[in-house]
Amino acid sequence: MVASHGLTGMLGEDGIHVDMNHLKSGEVNLGTSIMAINFKDGVILGADSRTTTGAYIANRVTDKLTQVHDTIWCCRSGSAADTQAVADIVSYHLNMYSIVNNEAPSTQVAGALFQELCYENKDMLRLVLFVNWYTGIGHLIYRCSAGIIIAGYDPRHGGQVYSIPLGGSLHKQAYSIGGSGSTYIYGYCDANWRENMTEEEGIQFVRGALREAIKWDGSSGGVIRLVVLTAKGAQRHLYLPDTDYTGPGATY
Amino acid sequence: MTSIGTGYDLSNSVFSPDGRNFQVEYAVKAVENGGTAVGIRCKDGVVLAVEKIITSKLLKPGANRRISTVDRHVGIVSAGLAPDGRHFVSRARDEASSWRSVYKGPIPISALANRLGSYVQAYTLYSSVRPFGVTSILGGWDSEAELAVDGQVGSGPQSGAGGKVKGAKSGGPGLYMIEPSGLYWGYYGAATGKGRQAAKAELEKLDLASEKLSLHDAVKEAARIIYVAHEDNKDKEFELEMSWISSLEGPTKGRHEEVPKELLEEAERAARRALEGDDEDEEEGAKGNEQMEE
Repeated sequence: MVASHGLTGMLGEDGIHVDMNHLKSGEVNLGTSIMAINFKDGVILGADSRTTTGAYIANRVTDKLTQVHDTIWCCRSGSAADTQAVADIVSYHLNMYSIVNNEAPSTQVAGALFQELCYENKDMLRLVLFVNWYTGIGHLIYRCSAGIIIAGYDPRHGGQVYSIPLGGSLHKQAYSIGGSGSTYIYGYCDANWRENMTEEEGIQFVRGALREAIKWDGSSGGVIRLVVLTAKGAQRHLYLPDTDYTGPGATY
Repeated sequence: MTSIGTGYDLSNSVFSPDGRNFQVEYAVKAVENGGTAVGIRCKDGVVLAVEKIITSKLLKPGANRRISTVDRHVGIVSAGLAPDGRHFVSRARDEASSWRSVYKGPIPISALANRLGSYVQAYTLYSSVRPFGVTSILGGWDSEAELAVDGQVGSGPQSGAGGKVKGAKSGGPGLYMIEPSGLYWGYYGAATGKGRQAAKAELEKLDLASEKLSLHDAVKEAARIIYVAHEDNKDKEFELEMSWISSLEGPTKGRHEEVPKELLEEAERAARRALEGDDEDEEEGAKGNEQMEE
């Protein structure tokens, strides 16, 4: 259930009028391509790097892969402010958890915390305009626009991928894709996904999928960033558009 | 006690000059009068047992339970003031439930022991409260299975997660004893209440650290130990109450449950036999001595 906050859209003789200034002034949106997959030794997260404010590219080298614990990371999509705030809160709780319980948190714990924050705050995180298709009446309502993919590795459970879509439900998946660019790569992923890929195969899969998403989605672009999570820890990869996303590859 | 009447025992939150809190020590005295309670931790589960002294013939046997379930996988038995024990269990349930609401899964036994220890300790700090008149034994089983997040949908790759490390720490039994001071330790075998000395002596003989004792044998040993501990209090009748938590493959599937009636009765019969055997040995021994003197 969502609360109504007044009229802003109308059905006139010349069609539906929609107030496009529904974003909070200055709000930065992550029109995005993000994904995370399971592979033989753990998980891989991947994302493009474009951040937009309307049509303007506010940042072309954004890092949408955010660390919340040693080997628990998340891919953020939706409002940059909201998802950063949520990731910061989860990060605080996971660090607290590892100190109090003298044990690294599992990916499940991170998933539970993310879900609680996204579900309980879904009505207050962001103003979004909804227009009734039949009446043309628009409602400005507050809605969380955080679409988050969580991927983590721990020695006991291995690699795990969880997805939290807009409403705040929690889904455990073999692999997960999200953001506006993901709509273009459902076919690619379905055709090319295999269980138990090697690290090299997994990287190729994620890189290939994001390359397509960036190619077709106007709101995605820039570089491709990856994070590989295994027993060895977290390793970042970077792939640049100037070489058609072939390199430089693994970084620090 | 030499310090009685010196004024340092009138309030919590007041140390005596030699650094003691007498109110806490008096609380321990209350525990020492309570029915004996024991806990045994084995590789495949935990057993809790308590000696309930029958204070009136009008009490209904089997009613008035002293072992409580805190969460599906945790049980508590306490010795001392029964109402304090119930309040303590109530707090334990709140802690377990609060953990579930935050982390969407069962609370680890170690974390529950830590929270309860902190709670009990707080009752030693303020002049407006008295310490808990109970020592509680907390037993439970941390699931060895991969736990889902409560309410999650889906189950990941069909082939399972990649990169699992063999032999990584995963679940198992937990047994803790929390004292009126808030002090708590993890144990292989724990005993408290009136017969604790005899019970501890018996527990030490079991070599629990080697983890060779099975859960079924532990049930029998727990019953026997309560019977042994009752020997010094023979004039009073008692009822034995026992509960257990097994591994997921075991009889309770990781849950805290009453020991089934048949097994409880079997264990009690075995306990009585063992005690009668001891008595005969003693009589024989006595005869032997007489013969030696002839």
